Formats: sequence, C-alpha cells, structure tokens
Amino acid sequence: MVENPDEGHAPLVEANTARYKSEVRSLSFYYGAFSALKNINMKLHEKQVTALIGPSGCGKSTFLRCFNRMHDLYPGNRYVGEIILYPDNVNILSRDVDPIEVRMRISMVFQKPNPFPKSIYENVAYGLRVRGIRQRAILDEKVEEALRDAALWDEVKDRLNQLAFNLSGGQQQRLCIARALATDPEILLFDEPTSALDPIATASIEELITDLKDKVTILIVTHNMQQAARVSDYTAYMYLGELIEFDVTDTIFIKPKNKQTEDYITGRFG
Amino acid sequence: MREDKGLSEIRNIIARHKLWDLIFMIIGVLALMIAVLTFMALFSHMLIEGLPRLSWDFFTSFPSRRPGSAGILSAWVGTTLVMLVTAVAAVPMGIGAGIYLEEYAPKNLITEIIEINVTNLAGVPSIIYGLLALGLFVHQLGFGQSILSAGLALALLILPVVIVATREAIRAIPVVIREGAYALGATKWQTVSDHLLPYSAAGILTGVIIGLARAIGETAPIITIGALTFIAFLPPSPVQPEFPFLSFEWLMAPFTVMPIQMFNWISRPEEAFQVNAAAAGLVLVVMTLTMNALAIYLRYRMRKNIKW
Repeated sequence: MVENPDEGHAPLVEANTARYKSEVRSLSFYYGAFSALKNINMKLHEKQVTALIGPSGCGKSTFLRCFNRMHDLYPGNRYVGEIILYPDNVNILSRDVDPIEVRMRISMVFQKPNPFPKSIYENVAYGLRVRGIRQRAILDEKVEEALRDAALWDEVKDRLNQLAFNLSGGQQQRLCIARALATDPEILLFDEPTSALDPIATASIEELITDLKDKVTILIVTHNMQQAARVSDYTAYMYLGELIEFDVTDTIFIKPKNKQTEDYITGRFG
Repeated sequence: MREDKGLSEIRNIIARHKLWDLIFMIIGVLALMIAVLTFMALFSHMLIEGLPRLSWDFFTSFPSRRPGSAGILSAWVGTTLVMLVTAVAAVPMGIGAGIYLEEYAPKNLITEIIEINVTNLAGVPSIIYGLLALGLFVHQLGFGQSILSAGLALALLILPVVIVATREAIRAIPVVIREGAYALGATKWQTVSDHLLPYSAAGILTGVIIGLARAIGETAPIITIGALTFIAFLPPSPVQPEFPFLSFEWLMAPFTVMPIQMFNWISRPEEAFQVNAAAAGLVLVVMTLTMNALAIYLRYRMRKNIKW
C-alpha cells in the first residue's frame, strides 16, 4: 500500500544507530510451574512507541508487567533472564533491585481507568507524595504540567478538587496517564489502555500516545492491530509466550518475515 | 395452524413456570414474616409493658428492693464503660490482624490455618470466652472482677467479627486500585494507609458496630467473670478535678451491665420487677437498634463517594 516504505517512519534511518532505552535478554517467566514467557529477546528504542500484539493469552500483558515488577505482588511468580535499563545498565529483574525503585522509574497505565476515589489533584499528586514531595508549590506545578501533557488540563483546571469519578471514562484514562506522567518516568507502560473506551475517547488517547513519545519511551499492549499500526514505531508479535517477530511497525504490517505473523496480521488467525 | 399451536404450547409452559415463581414468592414472604412478626411481637410486648415505666428517674436511680424506685443507673453506666473498653481493645487489634492477614501475611499453610481458626472463633460459644477471661484476666493477670476484665472478654468475643469485616472490606477494593497504588511506587504501608484503609473504612466501621451491638447484649461471659447483680454505686469518674485530670481507677471497679440487671429482675417473684425488666429490655433493644442504624447511616455516608 505504502509506496515509499521509508515514509512515515523516518526513525528507520536512525534505527541502527538510535539509542536503546532497554534491552530484554533471554527473558522467561513462570506462574508457578506454568511457563508464560519463553526466552524473549528484544530492544526498546528510546523515545519511540513499541507495540505488543498477539492473540489473547499470548503473554503480552505478562511481558509488559515484567517491566514494573508487578508480578512481585503475587506469590509463586518467577523471572529468568534480564531486562536491562539504559543508560545505567541495571538489570531491573535482579533480586538486588527493589521493585519499588523499578516502579518509580517505570510508570504504568492500566486497561480499565483506575483513578483513586480522591480528588483529581490528589490522583495526579499521589506519585509525587509517595516520593516524599510535600511543598505545595512543587506539587501544583507538577500536577499542572502532567495534566497538560495528558491533554486534560483545560477540561479540569477549574475543578481540581472534585472527585475523579465524576470524569468521563476517557477523561479518567487521561487522568491515569497524567498520574503516571507526573513522576517523570523513563518508560511508560500501557496495558490495552483503550479497551474500555468508546471510539472518540480511544482516538484522543491514541493521539496523546503519539505526542508523548517526545518525552518518554512507550511500551503498549494492544489487542487492536489497527491501533498498533497507528501509534507504534516498532511492533512485536507474540504467540504462546514466544516473541515470534519484532521489527519496525510498517515492516511487520506490510512485509512480515514470519508466516505466523502474516497469518495473524491478515486475519487468517487470532 | 401449526404455528398457532406451537405458540399456545409456549404460553402454557410460561404459565407453568410462572406458577413456580408465585409459589416461591409466597414461601419467601411467609419466611420473612415469621422473622419480622416474631420480632415485632416481642418488641411491642416489651413496649406495652415497659414504656410506662420509663422515666428520668429510671435512668438515674440505682437498683432497689422496692421495684417502684429501682433504676438502671449502674447498669447503663456499666454497659457504656465495658463497651468503651471493648471498642478500644478490639478495634485496633481486629483491624491490625485483618490488614496483616489480607496484605502482609505470606500465603502458606500457617496463614491458612490461622485464617480458618479466626473464622471458627466467631462460632465459639460466648461462655467459653467467659471461662478464658476468668482464668486469664481475672486470676492470672489479676484484673479481678472488673470493668477491664469484662471489656477485654467481650473484645475477644467480637475480635473475629472485626477481623472478618476488615478483611472483607479490604478484599472488596478492586485489584486495579491496589495495583494502581503499587505501580506508582507505593510501599505496602503507603498502599494500606493511603488507600486500602480509607476506602474500606465504611465496611470496617460497620463490622465494628455490629460486633459491639452483639457484645452489648452478651450475658454469659459477663456472669462467668463475676459481674455483680446488685450494685448501688458507680465506678470512680474517669475525669478528675485536679491533675492529671484523667483517672483509670474505674477500669478496676466492680460493675453490672444491662442484661444482667434484666436477668436479676426477671428472677424476682414480684410482678412489678417484671415491668422493670421489660423497661430495661426496651432500653437495651433501642441501644442495639440505634447502633445498627448508625452503622447503616455511616456506611451510606462513607460509600457515597466511592463507586466500583
């Protein structure tokens, strides 16, 4: 379809020299005895959007939740392998690294909007409060900046003290994005962020994700292939816990190298 | 023709099935009526018999040999003070244990055994708690037959109720809210104190009040530890006119409580004492119902801003 494959992904030229934000090395993950991820190797390009696609149960959410050590909250989970964070070369899956430290560097936006039953302001400020920031001036400034970045400021600036539940679903999800942005994360994880939203709210979130990559490296799980094609620079196709193919998004969608990827992309499967 | 026949058959089936709806509804209403009417009958009997006896004097008089001048002063003061001790002991312990089990405890065999035990404790006959309190608080720890012993005994009794209510209230919070807090880098304690406790406060409070409403009517454990049935003085006042203004002497004072006062009057032969018992019963039931109403109101108030 696209005549010039280089159009629309200028980063391709730089891709070889581009900096990586993170590198996944031989990652396997186990829920008890069940092996949910098998020997995954891939790199996250800095300030780019990487999408994870694949059929239900392929392990894409499990993979995403390795990045902020969410699995540590539940017993019986085990990581094997490494996720290296650059530039400081730290393996965030290491036992020596506190999962709380990882979560302070890598934020997450969930599938269903999950604002706290607190005011809009307190929702955005919570991550800062956890970091011990108490000064009102700093909080005010950071909250406004995060809400602006999440394209929500103009809609809520007059009612920051109102309950977050009074917002619409799309606004709630943007509030959750603002909450995740307020702490200046290095990577922002999105777990199917639009699956609970209507098409208009979905469009605004997608636009937001595209805008945000100037600031932060993004990893997004989506079950919607068009969404992956629209928002991402790189796409990984996963199946049954394995990474089948990982490449520039256009390549994955136009000229996938793997037959399985092609079948999934063209809708013959999944 | 065939279609019409099929349709009338379907209508017959629906009518038959709806008959079962009706039958079950009647059974349900009858079952409900038995419960409601029994309570209404008991309550109205007490109301008719006891209400005329209620007066200011009834609340401000000590028990007496003469039924006409006997009152429930020592009983309601005793009940109030015992409930105070019970609440102060059971609430922090119950909430603490509930939070630990739900949020901190490793999921292993020992935790599971503890959980089963806690649930089963709610079913232990209350007199057993009385025996425990008699051995432990009254004799071993030397608290004597005091308000402190009684309050702690009742606290043990309602502890499982508070623990279970705490756990259920915390468990009712959606996983995504909890994960949302952890994902922002919160520690367990930050998650508990900033989110789980505030969001489950309504449920916990309801559990506490229902536990206290149960404790207020308990008689067996109080008798076991040796509450007096006839007492014509009040415990020392907790507030003092001179420094340090607060006194805890009342904790060690002998006491009586409402159900025991009632029991004492019922066991008298004179008719007039039966009226006193009915009046005291009325006060006790109103106390319990008020506590339950308060629980419902608080739950409504606190849940208003929380939707999930």
